[in-house]
Amino acid sequence: MSYEPKLVGFLCNWCSYTGADLAGTSRIQYPPNIRIIRVMCSARIDPSFVLQSLGKGADGVLICGCHPGDCHYSEGNYKAMRRYPLLKRLLDAYGIEPERVRLAWVSASVGQRFADVVADMTERLRALGPCRVKTALQTDQIER
Amino acid sequence: MATKKLQVALYWGAACGGCDVAVLDTNEFILTVAEVADIRLWPIAADGKYKDIEALADGELDLSLYNGAVRNSENEHIAKLLRKKSKLLVAFGSCAHMGGIPGLANLVSKEDIFATAYMANASIEPGNKVVPRPTTQINGHTLEIPTFYRRVYRLSDVVDVDYFVPGCPPEPSQIKNVLLAVVKGELPPKKSVVGASERTLCDDCTRKKTEKKVKRFYRPWEIIQDSERCLLEQGIVCMGPATRSGCGVRCPNSNQGCRGCYGPGPGVVDHGAKFLSALSSIIDSKDPKEIDAILGTLPDFVSIAYRFGLPASILQRRHGA
Repeated sequence: MSYEPKLVGFLCNWCSYTGADLAGTSRIQYPPNIRIIRVMCSARIDPSFVLQSLGKGADGVLICGCHPGDCHYSEGNYKAMRRYPLLKRLLDAYGIEPERVRLAWVSASVGQRFADVVADMTERLRALGPCRVKTALQTDQIER
Repeated sequence: MATKKLQVALYWGAACGGCDVAVLDTNEFILTVAEVADIRLWPIAADGKYKDIEALADGELDLSLYNGAVRNSENEHIAKLLRKKSKLLVAFGSCAHMGGIPGLANLVSKEDIFATAYMANASIEPGNKVVPRPTTQINGHTLEIPTFYRRVYRLSDVVDVDYFVPGCPPEPSQIKNVLLAVVKGELPPKKSVVGASERTLCDDCTRKKTEKKVKRFYRPWEIIQDSERCLLEQGIVCMGPATRSGCGVRCPNSNQGCRGCYGPGPGVVDHGAKFLSALSSIIDSKDPKEIDAILGTLPDFVSIAYRFGLPASILQRRHGA
């Protein structure tokens, strides 16, 4: 079977999820590889959600929130902005390509941008190949 | 006939011995323990052979305290043996609970570790580079040593564990409470973390806390700290917000940031990720470049965040090349 990247997308309720909705209602095509999870704010995305996604078989994770300055809760997306570089460093230490995780600002009015981000990310993951964390951890329990 | 004494075993896997010393640090209490309990195995302090344990009936031991991580086949063998022979098996201390300091070895491969320890070490005599192998043939006999595993495991990865006592090492007063609870049969539901609090360290820390906003992080020696104020607010890394309390706030009370040995708070899956979340949130900047620069003052984040629990984290070890 050919490899189809599994992409988990955490989208904030106010901008990015609405942006994705707009992409849908505008009938913009984008890869079906993304599995969208709606959260109230990009600050709600605990780094452990990202690690959990990768540990359970996702090949990449997309985090989307309102543009800086536009957060519905005024400062939430800055928290996401601050966590992101440290999360990338953590992934690097874990031996996971940091490109598997991406933070993108997507506002409610840009359906096309959301579609472009998903298409771009899917292609990057296709080039990177599957993330082998899940199988590696299963093997660890059999081969010491 | 007198009431049957409690049958107890203590064992160390991949450990430093600190947990065993912490048991001795209960001082006179250990004598009380000896009055109510027979110690059947305790490699650091008492005689007792593996074959004596093998000869026991299943479940004959009332309590086994296993400290240390599972690094090799001997650690796993004894873990399984004690599990079979014990009514209660307790993961005792950070290493058994979460992998501990030895768990940081999961960031490098077995080959790298062997290369450093046995090949490229400055103290190795030239021409004497011996890498240990599980079996060796000498004069027609086969000698065996334990197999060094590819990575470090916590105790609950290899056997079913009844209770977890966190700490590096566990606080003597907490050890006392746990042993008393066993004697009295007043134990919480199985799989609980015992000998610790249900709150985070910050809840018990008495330092003054105001708003947390930092422009840079300091290594402890880079700053003269205010001994009254929250360490994080001064830019000193402290794992208090993400760590379970129960140690008596020992490190912050000694002007050191919490290192996280009691593990994550109740319900938290990944200690390091939770700490990452808390720590990066206090950075006082809205500019990605400046945020990068501030994070640059934080060396080797993975070893800070998972100092005591890499094998217990979601991703458990370094993956890929």
